[in-house]
Amino acid sequence: MLGGQLISVLRREIVEEGDEKGVNSMGIRFVLLVNKQGQTRLAQYYAEHLTLDERRALEGEIVRKCLARTEQQCSFVEHRNYKIVYRRYASLFFLVGVDNDENELAILEFIHLFVETMDRHFGNVCELDIMFHLEKAHFMLEEMVMNGCIVETSKSNILAPIQLMEKAS
Amino acid sequence: MEQLKTIGRELAMGSQGGAWAGQSKEFLDLVKSIGEARSKAEEDRIILLEIETLRRRIAEPDVPRRRMKDYIIRLVYAEMLGHDASFGYIHAVKMTHDDSLALKRTGYLAVTLFLSDDHDLIILIINTIQKDLRSDNYLIVCAALTAACKLINEETIPAVLPQVVDLLAHPKEAVRKKAVMALHRFYQRSPSSVSHLISNFRKKLCDNDPGVMGASLYPLFDFITEDVNSYKDLVTSFVSVLKQVAERKLPKTYDYHQMPAPFIQIKLLKILALLGSGDKQTSGHIYNVLSDIFRKCETSSNIGNAVLYECICCVSSIYPNAKLMDSAIEATSKFLKSDSHNLKYMGIDSLGRLIKINPDIAEEHQLAVIDCLEDPDDTLKRKTFELLYKMTKSSNVEVIVDRMIDYMISINDNHYKTEIASRCVALAEQFAPSNQWFIQTMNKVFEHAGDLVNVRVAHNLMRLISEGFGEDDEGADSQLRSSAVDSYLRILGEPKLPSLFLQVICWVLGEYGTADGKYAVSYIIGKLCDVTEAHLCNDTVKAYAISAIMKICAFEIAAGRKVEMLPECQSFIDELSASHSTDLQQRAYELQALLSLDSQAVGSVLPLDASCEDIEVDKELSFLNNFVQQSIEMGANPYLPESEQLGMSGVSNFRSPYQQEASSHTLRFEAYELPKPSSIPVIPQASVLTQTRDLVPVPGTTYYRENNLGSKLPTGPEASSADVGIKLRLDGVQKKWGKPTYSSSSSGATSAEKTTNGIGAHQDGIRSQSRDTVYDSRRQQPEVSAEKQRLAASLFSSSASKTEKKPTSGQRMPKGSDANAEKSSVARSVSPGNSEVKTAAPDLLDFGEPVPISAPTIDPFKELEGLIGPAQAVIDNSITTSGVQAPDLMATLYMDTPPSGSRSSSSGLVSEGVYSTDKGSHTAKPTPAVKKGPNLQDALGKDATVRQVGVTPTGNNPNLFRDLLG
Repeated sequence: MLGGQLISVLRREIVEEGDEKGVNSMGIRFVLLVNKQGQTRLAQYYAEHLTLDERRALEGEIVRKCLARTEQQCSFVEHRNYKIVYRRYASLFFLVGVDNDENELAILEFIHLFVETMDRHFGNVCELDIMFHLEKAHFMLEEMVMNGCIVETSKSNILAPIQLMEKAS
Repeated sequence: MEQLKTIGRELAMGSQGGAWAGQSKEFLDLVKSIGEARSKAEEDRIILLEIETLRRRIAEPDVPRRRMKDYIIRLVYAEMLGHDASFGYIHAVKMTHDDSLALKRTGYLAVTLFLSDDHDLIILIINTIQKDLRSDNYLIVCAALTAACKLINEETIPAVLPQVVDLLAHPKEAVRKKAVMALHRFYQRSPSSVSHLISNFRKKLCDNDPGVMGASLYPLFDFITEDVNSYKDLVTSFVSVLKQVAERKLPKTYDYHQMPAPFIQIKLLKILALLGSGDKQTSGHIYNVLSDIFRKCETSSNIGNAVLYECICCVSSIYPNAKLMDSAIEATSKFLKSDSHNLKYMGIDSLGRLIKINPDIAEEHQLAVIDCLEDPDDTLKRKTFELLYKMTKSSNVEVIVDRMIDYMISINDNHYKTEIASRCVALAEQFAPSNQWFIQTMNKVFEHAGDLVNVRVAHNLMRLISEGFGEDDEGADSQLRSSAVDSYLRILGEPKLPSLFLQVICWVLGEYGTADGKYAVSYIIGKLCDVTEAHLCNDTVKAYAISAIMKICAFEIAAGRKVEMLPECQSFIDELSASHSTDLQQRAYELQALLSLDSQAVGSVLPLDASCEDIEVDKELSFLNNFVQQSIEMGANPYLPESEQLGMSGVSNFRSPYQQEASSHTLRFEAYELPKPSSIPVIPQASVLTQTRDLVPVPGTTYYRENNLGSKLPTGPEASSADVGIKLRLDGVQKKWGKPTYSSSSSGATSAEKTTNGIGAHQDGIRSQSRDTVYDSRRQQPEVSAEKQRLAASLFSSSASKTEKKPTSGQRMPKGSDANAEKSSVARSVSPGNSEVKTAAPDLLDFGEPVPISAPTIDPFKELEGLIGPAQAVIDNSITTSGVQAPDLMATLYMDTPPSGSRSSSSGLVSEGVYSTDKGSHTAKPTPAVKKGPNLQDALGKDATVRQVGVTPTGNNPNLFRDLLG
């Protein structure tokens, strides 16, 4: 039997690297609307419910990262273990957090579809429309995305329930 | 146009716009002030004030329902902007009961935004959801299903599951779609809850409504990810759906920018990629539709490219087909050649996928790839590193890892730093051309990524240093160790070193610091003492340091020399003897005890250079057999193996956590009633652990046990007996000195070491394989005209030299000669500017002074003569010649290039990259085919209201009015 010097040194258990991926692949993790000043205009999370502090930190971090980028650069940013696809419309940034195996270009077009849909509903949609009708913007998003999956892309189908609801009330 | 709008706004001034009717003045004021807030602080002030108002208002009796909706949305604002509004949650919950759809939906929305699915208030909503799921109004059902997706957790699934399943047959397609998605959510939460419903999802694939069909793809995708083989039968269905979509059989409303239902196409392609992966027959069904889509895809729009990209992913995943590969390669090169960074990014990603099938295609795009690598855009850079990581081989590992480390040093993002560090380590472990290089690379990674690196990496490094080449070349091994010691002594001068790195340094210094006699004992000990003073280090580093000191002292004593204690060392020992950490204390006392032993004893306690000897652990503790026998004769209970105590295989649980022992007391009793026939036969020796516990001199152990069956906590004597068990177990194992509690986790550590040894063997295998291919790159480098091309050549070098590769790898070469010849060529050829490699690498080969680079002074023949034994003299001449040629060739290749190596060239590349990106003005954003809002009147009306409200475009934030699509 030979000496145990290595043992006394290698006492620490070897920690296996944890799998970073979430439990489920969600596709879209969150949709965030932020204006040029970094003020949140709409926020919807799909992956998990974050506490206020977590949300604040996350939004600050992401917004800082995305707003610093130039027009020519990619519309995609890696952040922690997922990606953010973003697009700017006038003063508003649309930021969508997606899992790594998501098709970035498709998400970019999803953002555009969302804006087009709002535009059809509000007519020349602007930041203030979304602010005054926060709940309607949410309802449209609810029609388009469930469980982080894009489930509806037909504008008429997205808007139909909202129009019916408006009529009823 | 702009002018017209302004005029319109003036005209519309007094008229009543309907756009924001129905909202209170207060709400409008709130939105207005938030919109005009100039800073976060101002916004916070507004919201805090608002929260105070709401707290008062919301609690008033008889708030009208419409007004309440107003309040709730204001609460949503407060939470969205980061302030706690939990006082209002209950009112949101109440609002879900409202009869009016608009209010109910607002209530549900607020609740889903406010509450996590384990919030206490959820229980109040379940009932409402259940009721709403039964509603006649399908919009209410939809609202409830949407809410269910977010609010129902694992425990509450059964409460709504039957209703949701019924809704799969609802006449309204919107309801069916949402029901599918709700079930999908339930599956994500708790797969077992809906596992019996898979046939329903299959059925929904054939739903008449494309929306429902599209939704059903998501759960099916998840199922297929879990278990591909059960869904192969659906391939034809998926293919036919995809075909119909691509042929525009779906309603026009699903078109997006002239593309038929692109999002459904993309999802279908993802599914087909899964199903066809590695399955030739299934892939055969997919080829046709894929080539159709390739043909039809519009490359001028983003969405067309998105579908195209998905096709490439699919092609790279399924069984390869030459024609499709060509299409995919063509599409990829279009991406790479595009001006748009987004498309370049997709191109790099596609390339990374395609080179898995055919590594040669990277070559064509080498310059594009290097442009991306040099691009200032971080996203693109990282993607390119990912690509490089995938295409690393032994011929380009040095260039790639160098680049990665440079980049790693330049970034602050810890998450990515960790990732790229672990990639560097993985590549270095897999492809390292020499151990020397490996150690240097590891040093750099440790120095800069520090504690972000996995502990395992440190252990691997220590193992490599101690095991050396794995060949019988002691000289080279000690050379390696001395150079490691040299480099560590140098690095210790740096001001801030991460703790993990310090651990490695201490260990290596302790083990090999004095081995070659170059450094005096007192010098190394002094350095080790400095480590703990100069660097703010934790207990682990201190433990490493004192162990290292102990080893050095032991080696000295064993060699018959006297060790005199330096004052700083003595004070270090004194400090640790009084430490709060018992571990440190013990080490300090052990050291002191060791100093007083005679040389022979010390020599057997800590033998020189024995770190890689396997430690024999006598798991059976056979030396206790007599003791066991005696005790049984005296009436003690015989030992029951763990397998019978716990109903699981016991021997392998030898090092299970000690808590289990406590629980085994209660379980053991049952084992008598339910013996397991299949359990491992009782081996008396294997069971000493508990036997010793029985035999520990605690009278009446059994009595205790029987009395305490019910109680979970082990009582005093029990616990102490377990303790003694541990002591006894280790007694014969390794405790030669020191207290018996020393190394309570020795078994864990042993196994850890053993596994690393295993990895080592594996790694050696890989390395010897990769060695065979090292030659590849040397030959084919074209005439070096631009520095960029040189970098490209060092990265993309394999395929051109393929012809050469064959003879080399075809023959089994003697390991020693091959490796050494290789190293010499590597040392000379790769990155001639990298002085570290340059000076270090020859150390491995020559036992004299470092050799100047361009002159191939080592006679490879001599080397071979020395290394190849007579038994291996049969070696083919061709090998020998190739061994000779390689260095010469490299020498000539690099002779005429300027001495500035890859380093300086890279800086040139950077500036070039910047220039080229600035030059191209790529704002190739596709102009969207926007359907503008109804008419100008809308906008006018809006403006009118705005003015009434008092938010004017001349205020602080005129952007609020900018049309998003304008």
